[in-house]
Amino acid sequence: MNGIVVYSELEETALGLLTKGRELASELNKPLSVALLGEQAGDRAENTFGYGATQAFIADSPALTPFQASTYAAALKQIMTHAEADIILIGSTRRGRELAPRLAQKLSAGCVTDAISLSVEDNRLIVERRALGGNTVSAKVITSQQQVVAVMPKLYDAEPMTGGAGEVIPVSLELQGPTTKVLERRPKEVGIGNLEEADVLVCIGRGLNDKGDLSLIQPLVDSVGGMLGCTRPISHEYHWLTEDQMVGLSGKESSPNLYLAIGISGQIQHTVGVMNAKVIVAINNDKNAPIFKIADYGIVGDLYQVVPKLTEKLQSEFGQ
Amino acid sequence: MNIIVCMKQVIDLEQIRIKPNTREPVTKGLPLLFGDFEKCALEEAVRIQEKHGGKVTALAVGSPKLKDTIKEALAIGADEAIILTDPMFNDSDAMGSARVIAKAIHKIGEYDLILLGDSSADEYSGEIPPRIAELLDLPQVGFARELEILEGNDQGTNTKTIRAVRDLEDALEVVELDLPAVVGVTSELNTPRLAPLSAILKAGRKPLNEWGPEDIGITADEVGANASVVEVLSNLAPVQDRKEIIYEDVEEGVAEVVKALLQEGVLTQ
Ligand SMILES: Cc1cc2nc3c(=O)[nH]c(=O)nc-3n(C[C@H](O)[C@H](O)[C@H](O)COP(=O)(O)OP(=O)(O)OC[C@H]3O[C@@H](n4cnc5c(N)ncnc54)[C@H](O)[C@@H]3O)c2cc1C
Ligand SMILES: Nc1ncnc2c1ncn2[C@@H]1O[C@H](COP(=O)(O)O)[C@@H](O)[C@H]1O
Repeated sequence: MNGIVVYSELEETALGLLTKGRELASELNKPLSVALLGEQAGDRAENTFGYGATQAFIADSPALTPFQASTYAAALKQIMTHAEADIILIGSTRRGRELAPRLAQKLSAGCVTDAISLSVEDNRLIVERRALGGNTVSAKVITSQQQVVAVMPKLYDAEPMTGGAGEVIPVSLELQGPTTKVLERRPKEVGIGNLEEADVLVCIGRGLNDKGDLSLIQPLVDSVGGMLGCTRPISHEYHWLTEDQMVGLSGKESSPNLYLAIGISGQIQHTVGVMNAKVIVAINNDKNAPIFKIADYGIVGDLYQVVPKLTEKLQSEFGQ
Repeated sequence: MNIIVCMKQVIDLEQIRIKPNTREPVTKGLPLLFGDFEKCALEEAVRIQEKHGGKVTALAVGSPKLKDTIKEALAIGADEAIILTDPMFNDSDAMGSARVIAKAIHKIGEYDLILLGDSSADEYSGEIPPRIAELLDLPQVGFARELEILEGNDQGTNTKTIRAVRDLEDALEVVELDLPAVVGVTSELNTPRLAPLSAILKAGRKPLNEWGPEDIGITADEVGANASVVEVLSNLAPVQDRKEIIYEDVEEGVAEVVKALLQEGVLTQ
């Protein structure tokens, strides 16, 4: 067994994993291939060669619709056998997180989900992920014969290479039909989008009393040309903001120049999403709130007093 | 409806200290609690039982402190608890833990539904639900934020299905599967009840079973540190070097913070 296979249901993520996979494949001296499942698998194959795949294993089967983790895991296991692969990199999307551990169990293999870094040392693949709710980062090595790694979906950008050619290999799969029925798919409301790329990120938490009070926050956000995000209760319990605005362990991660936390206690599951901000400013009326421990600057006070004053000051500085 | 809820006791993550010089976490002696996702799983199980009857069993693998921690599960409404605290299970990786849980479930035998947190509060790996689904050869659904049990009748035999709303990044997916099934839930599912004092007192009288390796038929080559296939090389907190300049006077704070932000050059217009 010797080879790396890449799979993600998101094309961009698969191409990003191939981009990183090229580097790993050359350091580990393994061939790099991609698994493409479903109807247009064949059409997508050619493009992957430009990102480093030297073989594209393509397969389709009625059993692959709708998505069921057990079926996809069975499919990828068979492809790994064809590819003689000992490492599979999967996009750690929600689907990927359901799929990767199931595949690992089918292979009696070790697995790491939500990987935030991949590297090679002493001919071993070192995988980093967060631990203890985000308090720490742990570095791991999978020692089973096969290794399943689910990588954060936007960790690596897709970068084409010059040249690049490969072979398309159709695989016929033996699969049992899915037993899960999908009755309905309801698209989610889209908020302001790419918080990951915000220069200035302003987040609100449960210190805000009412959805209507967002009208107090927005002028502040505008005064610094920022984007508005939130903690999990705001989006997922109260639905005051859309779910794609939630920052943290189970939401978005961002490395802005400035992160401004308003009425946020600073629990690790949230703050882990902004740990890499250049400057952190917090406003909270509890001077013992943990958020002040990770802040560069803090103002202890009622946000309903502080925010209007801060907005006014910033507007006057920037002449708006 | 017999429901098994898998619960993991985790240390209170809010109380972890980081040694400033080595960046190592200090976790010794911290209180142990159940994660939010698991509490929602248990709450849902109790609600389903209130509506459809049957039994709720809480199942947990961990340190002997579980004898105390598990009482919360019994107080919230589990009818019975099974804890597995043998030292043989210490330092298992996800595959080892999944094997213990799956074997314990197998021993329980009669179940319609297995509920878990989609991910645990400390590891947040999401590995256990798919792994036990695979070990028990059952269908699974993760990221469930709404659940509904449908009982029907198909030519004289009772049928049970579960309808779940799966929370994907860009959509909600409504899925239906036959029971038994493995379902991982998120905290949007419900708001767990706080156990009233009377329930906490009564919890001590509910059956609490302790099972060891021989009860579930597991050996040291399947579980524990020796069977682990994931080696942890290091586990350290990232270096955080924050200024921690805190103003308790609002007027002064606003003026100084704006000045500092302009100096830091993080605001460009
Ligand atoms: C597995 C798991 C994953 C999770 N993932 C995430 C995640 O990705 N993102 C996330 O955000 N959370 C996540 N959580 C939830 C997280 O643990 C916290 O519950 C959440 O971040 C708390 O949000 P908060 O700070 O808004 O609320 P609270 O903790 O309630 O804090 C509110 C703060 O507002 C302050 N306040 C109140 N009134 C005022 C006022 N008038 N002026 C100023 N300050 C005021 C209070 O002092 C308090 O500090 C997760 C939890 C689990 C178990
Ligand atoms: N040691 C354990 N005992 C019982 N249940 C567990 C254990 N570990 C994990 N679980 C369950 O599996 C879920 C997902 O955990 P994880 O795979 O660690 O993210 C948790 O929310 C629990 O419901």
